[in-house]
Amino acid sequence: MVEFRYRTDEVTEQPSVTLDAFLDQSNATAVRLEPDDDARALIPFLDRLTLIEVAFPKYRDGRGYSSARILREAGYTGELRAQGDVLVDQIAFMRRCGFDSFAPEASLNPEAVARALSTYDQFYQKAADSAVPVWKLRHG
Amino acid sequence: MYKYDHFDQSIVDARVAEFRDQVNRRIAGEITEDQFKPLRLMNGLYLQLHAYMLRVAIPYGTLDSRQMRMLAHIARKYDRDYGHFTTRQNIQYNWIKLEECADLLEELATVEMHAIQTSGNCIRNISSDQYAGAAADEVADPRPWAELLRQWSTFHPEFSYLPRKFKIAVIASPEDRAAMRLHDIGLELVRQNGELGARVFVGGGMGRTPMIAPEINPFVKADDLLSYIEACLRVYNRYGRRDNIYKARIKILVHEIGEDEYRRQVAEEFAHVKTLGIDPPLAELERISAFFAPPAFDAADVEPDRSDPDFAVWLDQNVKPHKQAGYAIVNISLKPIGGIPGDATSAQIDMMADLAEQYGFDELRVTHAQNIVLPHVAKRDLHAVWQALREADLAHANLDLISDIIACPGLDYCSLANARSIPVAQKIATRFADMDRQRDLGELKLKISGCINACGHHHAGHIGILGVDRKGVENYQLTFGGSGAEDVSIGKIIGPGFDEDGVVDAVEKATEVYKTLREGDERFIDTYRRVGLEPFKEAIYG
Repeated sequence: MVEFRYRTDEVTEQPSVTLDAFLDQSNATAVRLEPDDDARALIPFLDRLTLIEVAFPKYRDGRGYSSARILREAGYTGELRAQGDVLVDQIAFMRRCGFDSFAPEASLNPEAVARALSTYDQFYQKAADSAVPVWKLRHG
Repeated sequence: MYKYDHFDQSIVDARVAEFRDQVNRRIAGEITEDQFKPLRLMNGLYLQLHAYMLRVAIPYGTLDSRQMRMLAHIARKYDRDYGHFTTRQNIQYNWIKLEECADLLEELATVEMHAIQTSGNCIRNISSDQYAGAAADEVADPRPWAELLRQWSTFHPEFSYLPRKFKIAVIASPEDRAAMRLHDIGLELVRQNGELGARVFVGGGMGRTPMIAPEINPFVKADDLLSYIEACLRVYNRYGRRDNIYKARIKILVHEIGEDEYRRQVAEEFAHVKTLGIDPPLAELERISAFFAPPAFDAADVEPDRSDPDFAVWLDQNVKPHKQAGYAIVNISLKPIGGIPGDATSAQIDMMADLAEQYGFDELRVTHAQNIVLPHVAKRDLHAVWQALREADLAHANLDLISDIIACPGLDYCSLANARSIPVAQKIATRFADMDRQRDLGELKLKISGCINACGHHHAGHIGILGVDRKGVENYQLTFGGSGAEDVSIGKIIGPGFDEDGVVDAVEKATEVYKTLREGDERFIDTYRRVGLEPFKEAIYG
């Protein structure tokens, strides 16, 4: 279930299909990526997708962070959802990698999430969010 | 020395507040130990055999006297009056109380220090050459590059849940004093047509599958560095093995797909990443470099008076040439005979800070061999420095000799260890306590790990000792022929293991064989490489 969503458009009603199913019958508009799926396989189809769900079966498995950035770097603007073992202390990193909705398996405290997202206001790296990296603030 | 601006400070301060909140939630019982574990591990807090252990980052092993004094203060206030300097150029405190941890970090933050990413499957503290800025053979000071990487890797959102931990070393000399090619990524700064860039080595490491990193790129320009390293990491994050913790380091990926295929994948990813604008302008590297400008050297080039024989021995063994005439590099050995390698008391830490302030342009370094360096000491002050060190029991003239042992904490502290390391180190150092005997043996790097994870760098020891558990009894395997220097190699197990006293005897026999067979100026490892294992084996097992 989507607990946190940082977009204003309508939620896609269509259930997401696996990457293999999508590549077979690509009229679906929502797709689900497992950690070992290659996010780049979706690049030719990004403008017809409204939801990409990235699975985190275990929070320790960080492949989904790369999947998210790859999709945003390729210009994907639809909903990018982190689903699974998503913990409060990962949400800020996930937002920076381009995720804008979260469906954690175990429900999260909204206050704790808000606190986690506001802890840092400076970032060293350029990532997939709009944060301006510190080096750019230093040099304009 | 790098100085934080308000950006750097705000990030470290935010981390203290965040960690305080996490600890409070744990103490209040809002989160379980299982849930707390990944959080504390991202901040260098381990639950060890007896207590919490906190690892504090010393970026590229460089610190000033104010920071050094803070380390002493923390040892005094929060620990048992001592700290342990590690092979990653960090410091560990062994007896930390969870409820005091946030206060400790808050005090550290006042001197621009932290424990960020000193554990966890993320990019760890960047290590470097302890002689940076002082070595005559460096093409540039490697530390600005290390600082650039420190900032880029701090809270990197994509690379905080890698398959396994990730260690980067940066050097800038042909002589390798940082075991660069035994890191996940090793960078060696080089000049090509006058331009500074980095040779990039990927996939080295110790642990249970030791490997020497192959060169993946002979020259990456400064303004491509972060893109290139980001590409190296992204390929690893996506394709590194996650099915088996023992095969999850990048060395296994590079080994399994082959260095050519890894190089190809990185090149392809780099071509893409380079379009994203993630590289800071060269002005940022220049801004950082300005902090590392050489100090105002002005001492006359006078040779110290060698009439005191003890002082002369120390000069010959622990003092190294400096690139600036009139100056020298002073190594402070944390390896007293019979002591615990890398440990220093609060008083000793304070004293070293005082010496740095008074005689060393306020700079100190921690070495991967668990010693301390005063990188810039005027030759005219060497005698005064030596006298002060001697009073603090810190003038041991054994740098790179057999008693200058690297040892992990082992079963005395560590919850992963199979065997004790410290008592073995103490027994070997005591057996060879006679300084003339040690000096006669010459450079002999002996390294001890208490388990297969190899924190004590035994694979890189001229003589390596690995403690294992054999049916409930501590057993020690001996390896010969390793090196972490520019002649990098992995040691080989020589035969069946020994008990604690047996391994000390075996080491002694090996040194006897070396003394008999050495030719000219050969070091132990040179003789071993020339004659091979057989004569040693015969003497030890025969």
